[in-house]
Amino acid sequence: MAARVPLSAIIGAFAKIGLMSFGGALSGWMYREIVQRRQWLGEEDFLSGLALGQIMPGANVANLSLYIGQRLRGAAGAAAALAAMLLPPMVLVLVLAALYQSIEEIAWVHRAIGGVAAAAIGLTAMVGLRAARRVERRAVPLAVLALIFLTIGVLGWPMVPVVLVLTPLSIALAWRAPRGHDA
Amino acid sequence: MMREDPLLGLLIVFVPLSLLSIGGGPSILAGIENAIAARQWMSQRDFVDLFAIARAAPGPGVLLATLVGWKVAGLAGAALASLALFLPSSLLYYAIARRWSAHRGKAWHTALERGLAPVAAGLILAGSLVILRAGATDIALGAIAAASTAILLWRPKLNPLWVLAAGGVAAVIAGG
Repeated sequence: MAARVPLSAIIGAFAKIGLMSFGGALSGWMYREIVQRRQWLGEEDFLSGLALGQIMPGANVANLSLYIGQRLRGAAGAAAALAAMLLPPMVLVLVLAALYQSIEEIAWVHRAIGGVAAAAIGLTAMVGLRAARRVERRAVPLAVLALIFLTIGVLGWPMVPVVLVLTPLSIALAWRAPRGHDA
Repeated sequence: MMREDPLLGLLIVFVPLSLLSIGGGPSILAGIENAIAARQWMSQRDFVDLFAIARAAPGPGVLLATLVGWKVAGLAGAALASLALFLPSSLLYYAIARRWSAHRGKAWHTALERGLAPVAAGLILAGSLVILRAGATDIALGAIAAASTAILLWRPKLNPLWVLAAGGVAAVIAGG
C-alpha cells in the first residue's frame, strides 16, 4: 500500500461490499474489491487475515473487515470498515422484517418464506459439510466434531457449556499432537 | 421466577454467543434457537421466518441476531442485540489480529487453527440440524432443504439467492 487510504474511501468500499453481499460468499467479493481492484492489501496479507477470521469467534466477514481496516488505518480504520459493512444491511434487514410482518398473514407469502428458510438450511449445511471435510482425519478432531454435533444438534444440550468444555480441550490436544501423526 | 428484563436477557444471551461463535455466524444458530426456546421469546415458526429473512437479505447471516433483538424488544432490542453480538468478538479478534502476522507459523497459531476447526464444523452442522427440525415441518420443505444442500455442494459458486428464490417458489407450488 503506497499512500494512506482515507477513512472515507474505506467507508465507501465497505458499505458497497456489505450491500452487494448475499448469502455469505463475501470473502470473494472482498478479495476482488480490496486486493484486485483497489490494491490496498497484498494477497498473502489478505489470505492470512481471512484464515484467522474464519477460525476466530465472530462473523467471518466482520472479522475480515476489521483486519483490512486495521491494516489500512489502525483502530479507526477497523471501526470504520466494520460499521460501514454492517450498518446498511442491518437497516435493510429490519425494513424487510417489518414489511414481512405486515404481510405474513397472506397464506402464500407465509408459505414462500418457509420455502426460503428450507433452502437457506442448505446454505448452512453446505458450509458445515465443507468445514467438516477439512477437519483432520485423526481420532481427536473427529471425536470433538462428533461430540459437538451429537450433544448440541441431536440432544439439544445448551451450546455455551458444551463449547466451553470442549474447545480448550480440543486446542490443548492439538497442541500436543505432532503434525501429520496418526493418533 | 422473577420476570427478566428483555434487554438484559438479550445481553445475557448474545455476549457469550459472540465470544463462542467459533468459525463464524452459522456456528451459533443452535445456541440462538436454544435461548429463544428457553426464554419463550417467540414461536419456532417466527424464528425460522427471521432466519430466512436474514439469509435472503445482504450482509452476514448473523444479522439474525439483530432481528431476534427487534422481535423481543423493538428497535432498542435490535441495537442492543447487534452490539452484544458484534462487539465482544470484534474486540477479541482485533486484539489477536494485531499480533497475528508477526507470529505466523508459530506453534500456538497452528494449535489454535487445528483445535478450533473441528469445533466450528461440529457447531455449524448442529445448527443446520436444529434449523432443519424447526423449519422443515412437512415433506415438501424437507425435500427443498435436501435439494438445496445437494445443489450448493455440487455448484458452490452458484449465487445462493437463486437457490433461496427457487425454494420459495417450490414451497408455494407444492402447497401445504
